[in-house]
Amino acid sequence: MTLPIVEPGAALLEPPGLNPAVTADWLVAFLRDELVLRRKIPRAVIGLSGGVDSAVTAFLCARALGPENVYAIRMPYRSSNRSSLTDAALVVEATGIRCVTIDISAAVDGYLQSEPDADARRRGNVMARTRMVVLFDQSAKFDALPIGTGNKTERLLGYFTWHADDAPPVNPIGDLFKSQVWALARYLGVPKPLIEKAPSADLEADQTDEADLGISYARADAILACLLEGYSDAATVERGFAKEEVELVRRRVDSTHWKRHLPTTAMLSNTAINEFYLRPVDY
Amino acid sequence: MAEAVALRVAIVQMKPDKGQYRANLRSAGEAFSQLAADSPNLVVLPEAAMTGYFLEGAVYELAITAQRFARDLAATWREASGGQTADLVAGFFENDDGNYYNSAAYVHVEPRAERIVHVHRKMFLPTYGVFDEERFLSRGRHLGVFETEFGRMALLVCEDACHAITATLAAVKGARVLIVPSASPGRGIEVEGELASITQWRDTLRLAAMEHGVFVIYAGLTGFEGGKGMTGSSFIVDPRGSILVRAPATEACIIRADLDLAEIDRARATLPLLGDLAAVLPNLLLDPELPLPRGGRDAADC
Repeated sequence: MTLPIVEPGAALLEPPGLNPAVTADWLVAFLRDELVLRRKIPRAVIGLSGGVDSAVTAFLCARALGPENVYAIRMPYRSSNRSSLTDAALVVEATGIRCVTIDISAAVDGYLQSEPDADARRRGNVMARTRMVVLFDQSAKFDALPIGTGNKTERLLGYFTWHADDAPPVNPIGDLFKSQVWALARYLGVPKPLIEKAPSADLEADQTDEADLGISYARADAILACLLEGYSDAATVERGFAKEEVELVRRRVDSTHWKRHLPTTAMLSNTAINEFYLRPVDY
Repeated sequence: MAEAVALRVAIVQMKPDKGQYRANLRSAGEAFSQLAADSPNLVVLPEAAMTGYFLEGAVYELAITAQRFARDLAATWREASGGQTADLVAGFFENDDGNYYNSAAYVHVEPRAERIVHVHRKMFLPTYGVFDEERFLSRGRHLGVFETEFGRMALLVCEDACHAITATLAAVKGARVLIVPSASPGRGIEVEGELASITQWRDTLRLAAMEHGVFVIYAGLTGFEGGKGMTGSSFIVDPRGSILVRAPATEACIIRADLDLAEIDRARATLPLLGDLAAVLPNLLLDPELPLPRGGRDAADC
């Protein structure tokens, strides 16, 4: 008689999973503790781009603080896709949060007119940094805290403007891969058009994240999960990924560690801040 | 037949303000006031209950002597309870003559005096990933058990209880109740039901309770510290491994239970693993293949 053989399944090439209910509850608790209890600023401002990351952040903030305490700031540039504005409006409608629209074209162009040769990358960075100027000023206007919307994938791949997208002092979704953000979005009831459309920084016409990066988020997330768990590039390839895509992800991560740190400061003493003088952010 | 011995336990699942020792004592006092009508025998608070857990260099500003901590805790209890007698357990950062520890104190409080029954200094200092305890603190070197009105007990602070051998040795040394003040930053969102780290704690301590026939009282800190959420989820597990009561993860709260300590004897009669272990433990520990010092100068380091 031949006995049946039971073995573990092959390693999956899927991105990391998510328990959306537990995650949503945890992040709502985080926002309440961080804004209401600790910082005693029970209001939030969010740059609402029309993408899924800021939509999820808005839904979480609405749950945590009440929609009347959440200000969505839409900040179109003259070349922005019109659908970004209308998709953002869907989030406002679904959550009941407040909404302000501030066109950044005049501010951006005011600077760029003296830099007519700036390429698309520079122009995109100016837009991203201008949006942060607006967001922080609106936070002062509304006595509210700017909330970050950067996810773990773009943080790891360095796909963001330093001291812009990463500037807000509190970020609920920064430890979620993009695939997990999508899963959370479905659970929270984010309007479908935002979940189904191709993610885009919308800094240039027809731009998409995945074209910029050269890899899909699903593949990038699965590879990132392997690399961060300590698998070597070779071991990651052995799990079934293409060598080229593993190298692409590894290269992006390794070339952008600096973007995930504060500025490098020359150390001169036994009391250098964050080297010897160590105090937690909430002390 | 085992004689019923009741132990009325309460856990105060604290959500401290970072570094605000006095304010957190007041919060504990408010919880104590709520408890007073029940006249608990034992009140347990988490690790780092009056300061928060992640302190980095601020630990040197907040660490105090065990005597001072016992005095403050006792005074808070006395004022809140109207002078009831009770035993209190809480975690604190200890300054012992310039040596710093992550400690927990068991304090017997009477209307006009208190007595430190035991201070346990955390032995296993997590220093990896998000943790950096050994950068700032010294290790405890002794796993003590101690006598109380309710029998022999042991304190294990957080990671101390993650190692199966500590619960084992405490039980072999006669502890019938293990008290685990803890501060566990939550992680693991891929699984069903709850954060993976919460399940891990409950599984670990349920196994310890079942194997050794002991009660385990786990008091978890709650609240977010710089984005790191402490998982609360305090619980009490009986000597057969059943969870008697359990707290939520993210809220400050109180949980209570009356423990019938005779249940320990009944559980051990049903599943006498502890006695079996005690008989064979010397053979296990004297195994020459174990990487243990065999006397000489190096022995002091273990």
